[in-house]
Amino acid sequence: MGSARIAFYFLLLTLVITGLWTGSASAQGPTPTDDEVNRIAKQLYCPVCESTPLDVCPTEACRQWRDLIRTMLAEGKSEAEIEQYFVEHYGARVLAEPPNRLATYLVPGIAILLGAFMLFRGFQMWMKPSITGAGEEAELGAEPDRDPYIAKLEEELKKQK
Amino acid sequence: MIANFGYGVLVITFLVTLYSVFAAIYGDRKQIPAMVESARRAMLLTWPLLTLTAGVLIYLLVNNHYEVQFVYEVTSRSMPTYLKVTAWWGGQAGSLLFWSWLMSAFASLVTLRKWDRDREFLPWVIVVACVTVAFFIGMNVFFENPFAQLYQTFDGVQAYTLKPADSVLFTPADGRGLNPLLRHPGMVIHPPMLYLGFVSFVIPYAFAIAALITGRTDDRWIRLTRRWTLWAWLFLSFGLVLGGRWAYDVLGWGGYWGWDPVEIAAFMPWLTGTAFLHSVMIQEKRGMFKQWNMLLIILTYDLVIFGTFLTRSGVLSSVHAFAQSAIGPLFFAFIGFTLITSVGLIIYRWSSLRSETQMTSLLSREALFLLNNLLFMSILVVCFWGVIFPLISELFSGQKVTVGPPFYERATSPLFGALMLLMGIAPLSAWGHSTVKTLGRAIWKPIVGAVAVTAVLFATYTQKVGALIGFFLVALVIFVTVYEYWRGAYARQRSQGENVLTAFWNLTGRNRRRYGGYIIHISMMLMAIGILGIEIFQLETQGTLKQGETLSVANYEVTYKEIAQWDDLPSGVNYRRAVLDVYQDGKHLGQLAPRIDYYYDSQQNMTIPGNRSTMRDDLYVLLVDWEPAAATGATFKIYVNPLVNWLWLGSFLFLAGIIIAAWPEREKERATVKAKASIRQQTSAAD
Repeated sequence: MGSARIAFYFLLLTLVITGLWTGSASAQGPTPTDDEVNRIAKQLYCPVCESTPLDVCPTEACRQWRDLIRTMLAEGKSEAEIEQYFVEHYGARVLAEPPNRLATYLVPGIAILLGAFMLFRGFQMWMKPSITGAGEEAELGAEPDRDPYIAKLEEELKKQK
Repeated sequence: MIANFGYGVLVITFLVTLYSVFAAIYGDRKQIPAMVESARRAMLLTWPLLTLTAGVLIYLLVNNHYEVQFVYEVTSRSMPTYLKVTAWWGGQAGSLLFWSWLMSAFASLVTLRKWDRDREFLPWVIVVACVTVAFFIGMNVFFENPFAQLYQTFDGVQAYTLKPADSVLFTPADGRGLNPLLRHPGMVIHPPMLYLGFVSFVIPYAFAIAALITGRTDDRWIRLTRRWTLWAWLFLSFGLVLGGRWAYDVLGWGGYWGWDPVEIAAFMPWLTGTAFLHSVMIQEKRGMFKQWNMLLIILTYDLVIFGTFLTRSGVLSSVHAFAQSAIGPLFFAFIGFTLITSVGLIIYRWSSLRSETQMTSLLSREALFLLNNLLFMSILVVCFWGVIFPLISELFSGQKVTVGPPFYERATSPLFGALMLLMGIAPLSAWGHSTVKTLGRAIWKPIVGAVAVTAVLFATYTQKVGALIGFFLVALVIFVTVYEYWRGAYARQRSQGENVLTAFWNLTGRNRRRYGGYIIHISMMLMAIGILGIEIFQLETQGTLKQGETLSVANYEVTYKEIAQWDDLPSGVNYRRAVLDVYQDGKHLGQLAPRIDYYYDSQQNMTIPGNRSTMRDDLYVLLVDWEPAAATGATFKIYVNPLVNWLWLGSFLFLAGIIIAAWPEREKERATVKAKASIRQQTSAAD
């Protein structure tokens, strides 16, 4: 009896596990919509055409790649997994940005900061001889030099008021 | 025979441009005016010669001479005559010839002007213009001959300039036809506009180099070329806008700008050109930043050549294609040569290019203009790096990568925002000196107006922070500009007793540069509204419909009614055209008819959207897929592009602004300006 009970529970467990396995293997959700496919395809670039996102590329190859995304989505693959699949098969150029983002942003960032620093130093240098004068002028509350055109305009407006 | 004649004329033109270069240098060095005059006449001869060459090419294109390789590649019998003519710039060899032809026309126009006061510039302007023309003609003569003919040899059919031994001329029955994307009216005008912009920037560069060589480094060269620069900027800007419109109409991805390297290639000289246009005003008003202005125009010129290099050398598809390309390394060498020579000249003249005055305030107009230059240069750095990064990556790591729109949008958005802010502040600052107090006094009213507009938009249209910041900046710039206009017009109205319209008209007429510039600022803001709309609020959906089914997006509903397919045999095109009923909130608005045109000669599709356009938004529908045999229906993609029409509206106003700014002054006004300039020169001499 004891062995029969063990055999029964073993069989039950086996059936449950098998059932779960089979269930999970065939767990394909509803067919993904075009919009769901395009949301991912938009992030990827056509491996064949230059600078063309996969969601709008009209070639037959790209249509097949979009179908592949649809299949992978139906299989429950995540966006990251799908991107990874495309990178492995077609190289990093399918991504909208290089994988090493730091290198992409670092150089222009440094160049811009350098330009800003040079401009700041330039301002300091150009201002030096007259900065005291300007300060005194501000302290005395004097009006700064005016653009002659604006000054004339102001004058005319004042006259009319 | 005719093709050989065309090639012969091209070779003669090349020799004439070389003669012009050497005669101009020799005449100047040996002080022989007759020699310089001979160089000028040789320069003037290049345009008629190139026109003759172009005439021969057009004759071959229009008359289906498919034995000529270029004609075979870009035309077919089914193409209408006007497209056969415009196919001239539809391929590599023809577009290089087109470049030379335009350049030579501009150079001839310059050399036809009166040179009384500026005769020492003449030989060096000729040298620069002719070196540039000679480089491009040389490309045609030695590497990209548009007159090369197809010959059948033992090795097969190949193109040769001269008939090889034991060969017979090979004439295909029909040509391959122009790429359908290039058959759109926008594409017929867009390349000439861009090229006009490119070549006209060569003129201020030529004068800058002439100024450096002759040592006349005052602002005379800037005054002489101011109008050229404005026209160059107009053509380049309009070329870019037309390119955007073309992309919107035929590329079928619902947008107008994709940060494609080819687009960026044309955008980069625009950035430096715009910075230059602002920066030269500092030199004219304050005698400052002469070195910087020289550097900017040199950069603009080399970016023009770099842009042509990027699109013509094959370097964008792969660095290996560049290495195999005949013209790529030469372009590279030419850019290197002109850049090193020009920068060398600046260094040589460094001391004479020093500023005449000091900067006195961080809020002065010149300081803010300089900040504007920094921002334009920063956008340039981002663009340049984005274009060359894939090449560097492939060269050094062998890995091909893409630098797409996310990079550019992320990196440039804050820079464009800062530029808009400056556009709001700078018109209110004064040359020489401004303080927080004076600036604050002038700007508070426009700020209050902009905050009010933003609050209304927050309550009624959007709560997106990025959009609200953008709309605030747009409103600020518009209010500041309108406020400036109003102050000027009000003063005139009171002092001259003019009505509002006359006051506005006269105000603009008396200071075209300032008020033309303000109109350009407003036009930029209208464009910014369109860009904000499509970038932040664009919606899209896609679906496969059977007849009678509906697809919804935003408050639109689109019902698939019918589809038809037919051949237009004389044009060699197969049309697939769907008809859809459009509803908004249940109300029938009309029908849209997106289609796919298939060109038999080039075996390519062109996707033409069905577009319903209003100032509020565009409903843009594409027929993505339809197979006659399949019963699954047709696939449509629908975009709702809010506010995009403001972009096109802004571009028209932009055009008006530049025309006003560049319009020649009346004689009386010109005399006043000359008198002022003379007083300034005398004053600085006395100092």
